[in-house]
Amino acid sequence: MLKVDQIDVYYGNIQALKEVSLEVNEGEIVTLIGANGAGKSTLLKTLSGLLKPKKGTIQYLGDTITGKQAQSIVKAGISHVPEGRRVFANMTVEENLELGAFLRKDSKGIREDFDRVYELFPRLLERRKQLSGTLSGGEQQMLAMGRAIMARPKLLLLDEPSMGLAPLLVKTIFRIIEEINHAGTTILLVEQNAHMALSIASRAYVIETGSVMVSGPAKELQASEEIKKAYLGGL
Amino acid sequence: MEWIQQLINGISLGSIYALIALGYTMVYGIIKLINFAHGEVFMIGAFVGFYAIAGWGLGFFPALILSMATCAIFGVLIERIAYRRLRNATRIAALITAIGVSLLIQYTVIYARGAQVEVYPNVLANKKFDIFGVQVSSQSLLILTVSIILMIILQFIVHKTKIGKAMRAVSHDMEAARLMGINVNTTISATFAIGSSLAGAAGVFFGVYYTKIEPLMGVIPGVKAFVAAVLGGIGIIPGAMVGGMLLGIVETIVSAIGLSLWRDAAAFIILILILLFRPSGIFGKNTREKV
Repeated sequence: MLKVDQIDVYYGNIQALKEVSLEVNEGEIVTLIGANGAGKSTLLKTLSGLLKPKKGTIQYLGDTITGKQAQSIVKAGISHVPEGRRVFANMTVEENLELGAFLRKDSKGIREDFDRVYELFPRLLERRKQLSGTLSGGEQQMLAMGRAIMARPKLLLLDEPSMGLAPLLVKTIFRIIEEINHAGTTILLVEQNAHMALSIASRAYVIETGSVMVSGPAKELQASEEIKKAYLGGL
Repeated sequence: MEWIQQLINGISLGSIYALIALGYTMVYGIIKLINFAHGEVFMIGAFVGFYAIAGWGLGFFPALILSMATCAIFGVLIERIAYRRLRNATRIAALITAIGVSLLIQYTVIYARGAQVEVYPNVLANKKFDIFGVQVSSQSLLILTVSIILMIILQFIVHKTKIGKAMRAVSHDMEAARLMGINVNTTISATFAIGSSLAGAAGVFFGVYYTKIEPLMGVIPGVKAFVAAVLGGIGIIPGAMVGGMLLGIVETIVSAIGLSLWRDAAAFIILILILLFRPSGIFGKNTREKV
């Protein structure tokens, strides 16, 4: 479904990604783990068109989307839930969700997806007239995910959905990620919480200072001594 | 009853400031730029209205609409040509460019038609009404009414339409807006178009109300509208409306109590006070966001 081939990404003169290749197949949950500053968010931003790779190609559903505008990438079915949620704090929950469906014109489908989001996240329904800046961190994460779902994506990019959340809430969020996946959306999940990420993913990539170091089935990585030491706190 | 009359005059003058201030505040809200060329858009609006009425014999409303449309296009062009390429540059670079654009427009107009003053034709019959002993001119009343209608339309656009929601989203977080599929360039253009059309309307009102227009007429009202925007809280639309009205009322009161020479100074004293004591303006607040 998604095939990233040897991309290089720079911030000015600083190289953030070096020859990164990665593949996501339809229906999968793939996770990208690694330390802070390894380049995980940079990769997602490149996929969603916020950054342009200097080299390499990105293919999605057989089309090359390298360097395309964010707008056409959303239209093609890739939604990105950014790190730190980035909800529109000055707007209500409902307006945030409406913006998620910004490019869609099928008002019937949009209404269905509103129902779907409120079903996945009943808290958002309770708070739909509230300014999203007044929500708790967990609720903002739900809103950011709901907003992305409103675009009816085929591929959902999630950047650190567990960041700053209480353990119980992290569990809820991960359960919902699995639910979204079961309903047919392919997921690329960036996480620092490698434990949780590996437990729901089918495959994983480990990224370190801008390059993919290891990749393989999540189960294997979970069992590998090296990964355990480096990313799972030696458990 | 004298003071009620002054209040009404103040509000009509204030509504002109408010219309200009809206453009400042909307543009600031979306790209964090004080568009110092905005006063010149107001001037162009006044001239388009003048030529439409005096030259082509159009009535008040057709001239108003023509002027608003011309200014909308003009504002979009200014952004496209001068500001867009500076979007990722330092803010001071964009600010200096704005001052440059302002001077360029002023002197291009002088070069093209000369610096002489033009007298606005009497397009609106000016009747005086006597309401409970208060003398109200039909002109002030009309200007006030049309301004309020324009502000209501603006509020509707910003809160209920798709482009308005896109504008609010871009002003809050440009990158997140792009992730929604919002075209940031189009949204910024729309903001310039709407803000500039309001300045165009203000230009026509100014011409009708004060009758004299000239190529440098945008400077003082432009700066005062900027003060009004800061007074209300820059970036906040209702703030610009209230700030403009308040400034108009203060100026009229200052003149009415016999200090008309201090009229222009009043705006700047307000600016100094607001920057000293409440830099975020009347409506500005430091919103705390949970993370």
